[in-house]
Amino acid sequence: MPHDHASHDDPHALLPVDPALRVKALESLLTKKGLIDPAALDEIIDTYENKIGPRNGALVVARAWSNPAFRAALLEDATAVVADLGFYGRQGEHMVAVENTDSVHNMVVCTLCSCYPWPLLGIPPGWYKSDAYRARVVREPRKVLADFGVVLPDETAVRVWDSTAEMRYLVIPKRPAGTEGMDEAALMALVTRDSMIGTGLAGQP
Amino acid sequence: MSRLHDMGGRFGDGPVEPEAEGVIFHADWHPRAMALTVATGAVGAFNIDMSRHARECLSPKDYMRFSYYEKWLGGLANILVQTGVITRDELAGLTDPAPSPLAERRLSADRVAGVLAKGGPVERPSDVAPAFVAGDVVVARKFAQNAQVSGGHTRLPSYAAGARGRILRLHGAHVFPDSNAHGGGEAPEPLYAVGFAASALWAHPEHPQDEVVVDMWQSYLERGE
Repeated sequence: MPHDHASHDDPHALLPVDPALRVKALESLLTKKGLIDPAALDEIIDTYENKIGPRNGALVVARAWSNPAFRAALLEDATAVVADLGFYGRQGEHMVAVENTDSVHNMVVCTLCSCYPWPLLGIPPGWYKSDAYRARVVREPRKVLADFGVVLPDETAVRVWDSTAEMRYLVIPKRPAGTEGMDEAALMALVTRDSMIGTGLAGQP
Repeated sequence: MSRLHDMGGRFGDGPVEPEAEGVIFHADWHPRAMALTVATGAVGAFNIDMSRHARECLSPKDYMRFSYYEKWLGGLANILVQTGVITRDELAGLTDPAPSPLAERRLSADRVAGVLAKGGPVERPSDVAPAFVAGDVVVARKFAQNAQVSGGHTRLPSYAAGARGRILRLHGAHVFPDSNAHGGGEAPEPLYAVGFAASALWAHPEHPQDEVVVDMWQSYLERGE
């Protein structure tokens, strides 16, 4: 693909065009310069593929549903509460939990890039990083919800949180009816990733 | 609008396509691109605001044709050259790579867990006293542009520029990206969650009760009526 002048001057244009080869070339160069340990890359990938993901957030939500004192503390100072569970870290240094009710449904986006609470939800899904989600959800959240098969009652207001700073937002979805008496592990299974971003609802028992 | 990344409210994009929770990456090279970016960032040659600005400064043509992690790679290559960590000739493979003086800060595999768990908090003590309290009416700055650097980094989205909202909460004093992305220091100042009625942002809001909350630094805001 031909480049315009400005693009051609960009250093990245000196790399191979194929992205897989770009990664290899950059990793090779940075390794030779002593800036990268390839084993550290393996460790980072393993962390986000196998250790840190949306089950962390699901535990927080299930506990908030079943423990009123925990819920109150979470809404007051989410950063401290999730840190106590071992879920503090990169891209989750400043946490706020927002609770869905009959009157308000919360959704989270980063219109300017892709900010997301990694320690609680892992790597953001493809759609969260897509132009369509970033462009549309602030202007037409209900149409975006429809893309996920979610329809809200007219009396429920939508509040969309645009993550323009380093604050990271976790949605506490509404606890489904018919879950009285379920233990934390059973509740966790109802907490989907999308319900903690606000594009979904918690599952039904 | 300052640059293409500032796309909130734009018309013309298609449907959002949900995907299963187990899908983390979409190509074999994606996890490597993610990890390479995280590990290089840990060396500390540039901060996160500089890193975001480097992606935003990709030419409009590149920004639109690149997939997500291609933007990361493009931004990473550019900022490494701009900060002098690597040279253009090294990037082009025209010369043997010279050992970097930053190599002593290399993220080794045994430090990964600790560094990821430590993160990079940005709340700071600040001399700037909060000017607003929850409930105050405010107006966002007219221009979604960096006030000091033409074409510089800002986190004020254009759809909220000039709009009237109300303070929901004070988050504390945070590093100011508009300064920190350009060598101006961290310049921490109060950061607020500001609520805007959908009708204050859009000519055709979906629902009269809907709103958008934007995190805004104090210097993005003026007192409203």
